[in-house]
Amino acid sequence: MSAYLLRRLLTTVPLLIGINLLTFVLFFVINSPEDMARMHLGQKHVTQEGIAKWTHERGYDLPLFYNGKAEGLEVLTKTIFVEKSLGLFLFRFGHSDAGRDIGADIRQRMGPSLAIAVPSLIVGLLMDISLALLLVFFRLTYLEVWGAALCIMLMSISTLFYIIGGQFLVGKCLQWVPISGYDSGLEAIRFIVLPVLIGTLAGVGSGVRWYRTLFLEEIEQDYVRTARAKGLSEAKVLTVHVLKNAMIPILTGVVVVLPLLFTGSLLTESFFAIPGLGSYTIDAINQQDFAIVRAMVFLGSFLYILGLLLTDISYMLVDPRVRLQD
Amino acid sequence: MVLKGFRSGVTFWIVAVMLDGCGSPPNNPYPAAEALKNILYTSFEERPKHLDPARAYSANELEIIAQVYEPPLQYAYLQRPYQLEPLAALQLPTVTYLDHNGEVLADNALEATIAYSVYDIDLRQDLAYQPHPAFVQTGEAAYRFHDLSAKDLEGIERLQDFDAVASRPVTADDYLYQIKRLAHPEVHSPVAEMMADLIVGLRPLGERLALDFEARRKQGGWLDLRPYPLEGVEVLNEHHFKIKIKGKYPQFRFWLAMPFFAPMPFEADAFYAQPRLKAKNITLDWYPVGSGPFQLTENNPNRRMVLERNPHYHEELYPSAGEPSDQALGLLKDRGQRLPLMDQVIFVLEKETIPYWSKFLQGYYDASGLASDNFDQAIQFSGVGQAELTEDLLLKGIHLDTAVTASILYLGFNMQDPVVGGLDPGPTRLRQAISLAIDEEEFIAIFMNGRGVPAQGMLPPGIFGYLEGEAGMNPLVYDWVMGSPKRKPLLEAERLLKEAGYPHGIDPKTQQPLVLYLDTTMSGADDKPLLNWYRKQLAKIGLQLVLRTTDYNQFQQKMANGNAQLFRWGWNADYPDPENFFFLLYGENAKASKGGENAANYRNPEFDRWFLAMRSMDDDEKRLEIIQKMQAIVRHDAPWVFGVHPKSFSLRHAWYQNYKPNLMANNGLKYLRIDAALRAERRAEWNRPIYWPLALGLVLFIALLWPAFWAYRLRMRSPAR
Repeated sequence: MSAYLLRRLLTTVPLLIGINLLTFVLFFVINSPEDMARMHLGQKHVTQEGIAKWTHERGYDLPLFYNGKAEGLEVLTKTIFVEKSLGLFLFRFGHSDAGRDIGADIRQRMGPSLAIAVPSLIVGLLMDISLALLLVFFRLTYLEVWGAALCIMLMSISTLFYIIGGQFLVGKCLQWVPISGYDSGLEAIRFIVLPVLIGTLAGVGSGVRWYRTLFLEEIEQDYVRTARAKGLSEAKVLTVHVLKNAMIPILTGVVVVLPLLFTGSLLTESFFAIPGLGSYTIDAINQQDFAIVRAMVFLGSFLYILGLLLTDISYMLVDPRVRLQD
Repeated sequence: MVLKGFRSGVTFWIVAVMLDGCGSPPNNPYPAAEALKNILYTSFEERPKHLDPARAYSANELEIIAQVYEPPLQYAYLQRPYQLEPLAALQLPTVTYLDHNGEVLADNALEATIAYSVYDIDLRQDLAYQPHPAFVQTGEAAYRFHDLSAKDLEGIERLQDFDAVASRPVTADDYLYQIKRLAHPEVHSPVAEMMADLIVGLRPLGERLALDFEARRKQGGWLDLRPYPLEGVEVLNEHHFKIKIKGKYPQFRFWLAMPFFAPMPFEADAFYAQPRLKAKNITLDWYPVGSGPFQLTENNPNRRMVLERNPHYHEELYPSAGEPSDQALGLLKDRGQRLPLMDQVIFVLEKETIPYWSKFLQGYYDASGLASDNFDQAIQFSGVGQAELTEDLLLKGIHLDTAVTASILYLGFNMQDPVVGGLDPGPTRLRQAISLAIDEEEFIAIFMNGRGVPAQGMLPPGIFGYLEGEAGMNPLVYDWVMGSPKRKPLLEAERLLKEAGYPHGIDPKTQQPLVLYLDTTMSGADDKPLLNWYRKQLAKIGLQLVLRTTDYNQFQQKMANGNAQLFRWGWNADYPDPENFFFLLYGENAKASKGGENAANYRNPEFDRWFLAMRSMDDDEKRLEIIQKMQAIVRHDAPWVFGVHPKSFSLRHAWYQNYKPNLMANNGLKYLRIDAALRAERRAEWNRPIYWPLALGLVLFIALLWPAFWAYRLRMRSPAR
């Protein structure tokens, strides 16, 4: 297994370089450093000298990939690509174009993102699995038919509608919780209730249908028939045997998204004014702060790859039949 | 399991409600203890990029730092038209004119003879900085926090984490230090180039600083600006200094009311230059150090920013005079009261307009702008077209304040373009015809919900030179009918087009409708109606408009190269002087050739001559006369389709007092008063949570489970399949 893991880890390096190269080309070739300077310096009284100073100050006046004026190894290292990208591999995100330390910002904003994402995941998972089991329990009855139809309906509604509708109903009409905002410590609970509720509800349609499919697959297996033949109740069959055997796809599905919880949700964080990494990315895009966008794209890619690796490991841990080999 | 989850959910809710504290509505986003405090709640949508007074220029940045920093002058809060008054200065600066030999000239000396203007500024003696760790001393010229090691910084993540603060009086040297900072290569002040052309010695200082900064870039550390001489600023004593500028530029007094000219203590510059603090994002760009009425005690751009009363703020009293109507509006109730009237101002992160609006209606924001999403909910138009609040809002005691902004939105022609540009009669007639065809009144009604005034020339209302009524009307586009301007009929536009050589809009070369190109950054689905509307306006006179959409940067590049043909642009005044509008068409400011703000690249020698004469004059009859001549020239030449002066609509609750729209001053928070008791009362009245749906939900859930339970029992009792 360790050989497999090492191999997987090594393959992530060229993958990350590729991602880095792609984002670099996207941001620097399409949008030149001069464009960035103009965006940052504003619209009034911007002079060519000011733009030149700005780009020089941030090292954006170097060549993109090859520095013909440099000597030795510096022909490659004294370039924007190396200077701006190499640090990312060491998780040194550098400074934003507005001059702030990106690493410090990421550390600060990870907490609020997790405060929303983790409860949303747990509550959503419990809710989805419970409802899916219920539908399977009442399969071939009106409850399953209507339940499945309701799931499709819930899936068809845009997340934005859930957010605006939820804020209107729970925050504005019923006035149970603040419509938006965030606070630290225990005070945060009041602010995360609504986004978690909405996050759960928005995902319940697709989640329940997915888990229902998994359970239905399992319920046709021989071991289920054996369990029933032993005289176990249907509830026990479902909660003990079916659920346990369906845990492999459930677990792997969850593990793959675990690292991505850090990066937060763009829409939810924006509407609920949650100061997480999702809104950090949105702000950076709006302000064309590509140093932040590049760091966030890199971080997102890295966490996604990490998620896939963890999925493989979790497969092996929960199912002894699976072996990670060459 | 579901039932269990539900039970735990209900428990969670109850705990959440309990956590909220006694008596405060559960949807109150603020701590219950703040309910009766003298705090103003407002919001920010995006974190301000810069809070350094040498860099900050955009509205959301000035909204914060103008409360913290104190330049020598400010705009009188209640007086209209806008006028300057002393703030950190004891009185308005006296100006002395000098010739090339340094000899003093008379006040009415000819502009050509004036080589320099010297602004003499006397400062108040009771100015002092907010408490800040940068001032904490351990001995003579030894500062406790100016050389922090990694160990010293353990546990310090924010400025508030420092265990000691101190203050000191503001001196004239601090103003000198800040002016030097405008030329600092690392600061990138947006006005650096402009001020380098103006303040004597600032450009050579900038060049010298650039060299020294580059030389010591690798070693880092603080570049102390004190030893560098600046010829144009002379400090006479601790509270007296002079600024020497080139030529005669009376508008310089307006710059003295901007934070660019606020004092900067060298201690703050030294403190924030420490790389270890920078790595923790503790910078001058983030934590301002000022002597104004408020200090920024919390800057968490991820959540909120808090301005608190500066305990060392000098005595400043609420104005005792204003416009005649101010007394009746209750704006003079606080006359003579010491400022600021509030203890705290909290800016809460609110990124979307929908939640902001809902929270405003719940009383959790004290004032609100008006987004198009909620316009219909808030405003209705009376029979005479007057904007009024809807009944719901009136019942809540909400007030509406409107003001025409000192800005203009226009459609520009590139005067270098072979088709629409130039001052020859042909293209001039073409531009005039287009000016007439584009119905700005319709634009305001459709796209701005009536929030705008059609522009009759370059100047918005409130700026010296703007004339009301028929005298201020653009006679090439409007007729004066029954006491108001009425757009001329389209026949007039068609006549002009014919004279331009495009009868019925047909280009004689191609025998097809003349094709014009509008360069724009608007490419979203929401922009389509607006762009289609422009197409239709030109189609009315037989012209074809083609849209060339590009992203913002490419658009800027096109404009810089002079490659656009038609473009939409706008301008917000820096200061209330006609020069700040007319310079947008001054030939020497052409964007394509000079990199200036004249985006239309308009150049008319007669206009330029009048501009040079007008810009250095005092506001008198002669200046007014010249301004009207300039208006007539640009109305005739039509380098712009004079579009709209937007009107700002703002709403405020009954407890939000002393508000008067002041579109020039950014430091108005110190005058505002909050009636916290009334606010708490209204919040309690408007926010009564409705809990019965919870019980109903529980009943419904049980009702749904009941048949399921029976189905389960039936299944268990039925024979196995």
